Amino acid sequence: MSTLTSAVAPGFDVARIREDFPVLKQCIHGKPLVYLDNAATAQKPFAVIDAIRKFHEVDCANIHRGVHELSQRSTAAYEETRGKVKHFINARSKNELIFVRGTTEGINLVASSWGRKNIKAGDEIVISALEHHSNIVPWQMLCEEKGARLRVIPIDDRGDLILEEYEKLLGPRTRMVAVAHVSNALGTINPVRRVIEMAHQQGALALIDGAQAVPHLTVDVQALDADFYAFSGHKLFGPTGIGILYGKTRLLNAMPPYQGGGDMIRTVTFEKTTYNDLPYKFEAGTPNIAGGIGLGAALDYVTRIGLDKIAAHEHDLLLYATEALARIPGLRLIGTAREKAAVLSFVIEGIHPHDIGTVLDREGVAVRTGHHCAQPVMDWFHVPATTRASLAFYNTRQEIDALIAGLAKVKEIFS
Amino acid sequence: MVEDLYQEVILDHSKRPRNCHPMEDANRKAEGYNPLCGDRLKLYIKIENDTVTDASFVGSGCAISTASASLMTESLKGKSRQEAIKLLDRFHDLLTTDTPVSQDLGKLVVFCGVRDYPARVKCATLAWHTLKSALNGSAEPVSTETE
Repeated sequence: MSTLTSAVAPGFDVARIREDFPVLKQCIHGKPLVYLDNAATAQKPFAVIDAIRKFHEVDCANIHRGVHELSQRSTAAYEETRGKVKHFINARSKNELIFVRGTTEGINLVASSWGRKNIKAGDEIVISALEHHSNIVPWQMLCEEKGARLRVIPIDDRGDLILEEYEKLLGPRTRMVAVAHVSNALGTINPVRRVIEMAHQQGALALIDGAQAVPHLTVDVQALDADFYAFSGHKLFGPTGIGILYGKTRLLNAMPPYQGGGDMIRTVTFEKTTYNDLPYKFEAGTPNIAGGIGLGAALDYVTRIGLDKIAAHEHDLLLYATEALARIPGLRLIGTAREKAAVLSFVIEGIHPHDIGTVLDREGVAVRTGHHCAQPVMDWFHVPATTRASLAFYNTRQEIDALIAGLAKVKEIFS
Repeated sequence: MVEDLYQEVILDHSKRPRNCHPMEDANRKAEGYNPLCGDRLKLYIKIENDTVTDASFVGSGCAISTASASLMTESLKGKSRQEAIKLLDRFHDLLTTDTPVSQDLGKLVVFCGVRDYPARVKCATLAWHTLKSALNGSAEPVSTETE
């Protein structure tokens, strides 16, 4: 299996890494599983599975409440993750990191809490044409409620943001710019540092949807100067139902709570409730403790492999797959941005993505088909849906070959 | 075998759909939408003296949904409203239950493979959901996600 060792990232042993992911060792319809749907959710290594199991078997208790041993252990393990996240995205303080269910909840928290307090009729919120529905709908709801206006940065034929048009959209009414770091449907890596800088020049805040970025790129929220940055644990090889919202302390302090309940309070009487400090002010109710602990294990795992090696290996796969797909007659790649994460969205003339997805599934190849929760992106490219192969560091060139062979079978059936 | 799903008749109807055009003098129309895959379908029916005298559709969809719409419009012609509803129920049973394949379905039996692909049942039923809506005279587009 020497060919599994990546040529571009020395010391990066894919065959060995794959041993860490039990789910990958199975056959689907009699064929080895080729999992190419990582942008939807990534698989979990033993390290994550074991951490969650250990919590339930050994340390299970509610957090921030008991003086007993188990509660102290679970609180320590859960809070330890906050420290790991601080390091992972270079936040200034652990208090700037709010545990949420995922990116979607992080964005909704900002739209609800910051938005309701600060947005007035006539204000403008800027998003981009390549956003996931989760970074469109919360802002749309806010605009509808407040009589504010949603403005959209257009993209070009490659799937890159048109920054000149973005500049024209910015003005004294702009209050918030909310943009994805990496597009889930196209793989475009947006120049978010520049996007944020331009927003700040107009006195607007910037929220970055980092769901697709954190598994592939090193993120430094201070270097980006992001006001808010949200991501999900499950795309980062952690469990579902846990994610992080980063926000600058000054902004989070000025925001009203998002949900009321236990843990987010300091004192409660029927006359008046005072709220807890950051980050707990935004964490009402018993959280996903096991998820938080699993996320910590995932961060350790990814850090141990190294995001630089991950990026190099994935880029090699992206180039290899891009070339191989380009050789298929009638296939058109949707999204050819200058800077791209390892996402390959494509259409094949005359064959619907769902039929492609079904035939590939029977060959053991798991891809996503549909609009990828980004219907405006599909509209822009005039396609109802695409087939999307999204890669992770445990994928191999052999798996790309299996995708290509599966597509040959698709063409054989439908030509 | 994926070929059990994509039988020759289905492939033929998906590549060369029959009755695939708008109908100006239709007296029943309905729109169907599958939000999971973005497939859209407009169905046109002409009913005279309680009999479907013509049926056609336009829309974009996968091989299964296109072939289903094509074969459905073919099999509707000459059926009474009551017979059309009965056919709809039989077709639904074909896709979602293990009951023996009803011979009344005629050519539609080619969809029997779909029951082994639960994720594709909605592709095959989109046209039929839309038919129900057309026969009931509903003005709202019908979605595969509302039933």
